[in-house]
Amino acid sequence: MSYNPHEIRKDFPIIQRKTHENVPLVYLDSTATSQKPLAVIEAMNDYYRRSNANIHRGVHTLAEEATAMYEEAREKIAKFINAPSSKQVIYTRNATESINLVAYTWARANLKTGDLVILTEMEHHSNLVPWQMLQAERGIELDFIPVTEDGLLDLDAYKTLLSRTPKLVAFTHMSNVLGTINPAADIIRMAHEIGAVTVVDAAQSVPHLSVDVQALDADFLAFSAHKMCGPTGIGALYGKTELLESMPPFLGGGDMIKEVKLRSFRPNTLPHKFEAGTPAIAEAVGFGAAVDYLTNIGMDNIAAHEHEITEYALERLEEIPGLKLFGPSADKKGGVAAFTFDGVHPHDVAQILDRDGIAIRAGHHCAQPLHEKFGIPATSRASFYLYNTKEEVDLLVNGIYKVKELFG
Amino acid sequence: MDDLYREVIIEHYKNPSYRGHLDPHDIQFADNNPLCGDHIEITLQTAPDGTVQDARFDGHGCAISQASADLLIESIIGKPLDEVKNLNKQSILDMLGIELGPVRLKCALLSLKVLKAGVYGLGEASDELVE
Repeated sequence: MSYNPHEIRKDFPIIQRKTHENVPLVYLDSTATSQKPLAVIEAMNDYYRRSNANIHRGVHTLAEEATAMYEEAREKIAKFINAPSSKQVIYTRNATESINLVAYTWARANLKTGDLVILTEMEHHSNLVPWQMLQAERGIELDFIPVTEDGLLDLDAYKTLLSRTPKLVAFTHMSNVLGTINPAADIIRMAHEIGAVTVVDAAQSVPHLSVDVQALDADFLAFSAHKMCGPTGIGALYGKTELLESMPPFLGGGDMIKEVKLRSFRPNTLPHKFEAGTPAIAEAVGFGAAVDYLTNIGMDNIAAHEHEITEYALERLEEIPGLKLFGPSADKKGGVAAFTFDGVHPHDVAQILDRDGIAIRAGHHCAQPLHEKFGIPATSRASFYLYNTKEEVDLLVNGIYKVKELFG
Repeated sequence: MDDLYREVIIEHYKNPSYRGHLDPHDIQFADNNPLCGDHIEITLQTAPDGTVQDARFDGHGCAISQASADLLIESIIGKPLDEVKNLNKQSILDMLGIELGPVRLKCALLSLKVLKAGVYGLGEASDELVE
């Protein structure tokens, strides 16, 4: 059966809504957050209607149901990224918290003054600031894999950086601005050759590509539910067992302990060791439902559809005089089109498009250093997901011509 | 097509009358709007009688931020500094002649924030200056 985004759109109640004066919504901002299918909304509603209770240690029916739902979702998520065990999937609030967890626990236990951490110039602030904070506290050194003019990582420069034997390499799998899909398996293999640990910011890749943590040989991999049809407020950190076992706990409190005395505690086993306090249970259930939804459609089908849309969008956008696209060609990127438009600030572009119901994002997209590198304060960014259509790309292009007309 | 992009705003954005940098100047201040990366610098020369002798703005940003900076500078030249201190959110909205949502309001008010921080000789431009 061929992929039909028009059928998929029916699964998303919000896509049916109108904006200003009955204008249909054209949602091109899934890189910021995706929309949620009815199956996810219903799963969370059902949880609250039928099964809500605090998890673990409860013996009553509701507590058992809630615990089972919470842990079943973890199993689904583990399977989705091909983790060897669901014990290696830690629930967090989002990818940002997942990266911070590694920075606060593994890194503080293993990095000392002068140790080198390699990042890239295309990182989201979430994979920059935690390391800058550690730099201020610990005196670690940071260096960056440069981004080339066409938006790719300079792997020769990476080789040179590796000769300085970094302890950690933390990088994005897919840029949220350029869309670049980085060769994660190669980057990890090269890091492992010199004994460095790796952190993959997979916030943009897990929602759009089939990601296999074992094939990548990733040490840590961070992602968020809300960018993959799930709810906000929950994400995950995958880690290799020996690393997770050796790390000190993150937050302290209930659930993360095996035993507590007045003056001491023993941490719980994986994955609970890193999950202090009552977690986002309904959100975990929603996360599991999102994974089911995506699995049923098939990640390869979704990736193929997005590739087709992106190729079409880049082709159409390139035709517009004065429009400059950032990032590599469609074969090397995910469904993101960041651009500037001569003489018009991205905020104005976004505002004028909004009048036609077209939702894009304008700004630095939490990647300010990357924008500085390209010498621009901001870009407009349209992004595509499983429910977007070529007709929507046409509406975007027509909208940009209207902007052009207005600003003459 | 759109109230927000009235001709006067597009005109001041595309052909500002007061874009530039005064040297020497008595007052200089600059700030960013971290949301959109808008940047405004204002330089100002005062006259012995405490009025604004001349002023310019420089920077980059959206049409709303740049047009309101141009309109603001136009409105303060020749005015006593004490009067400049009394300008507020409504003064800017009156000049622009449009309604603005909370996000775009920040764009519109950036130049006034910068101006007032400079006139008061403050180290930082806070939102309270333009309430």
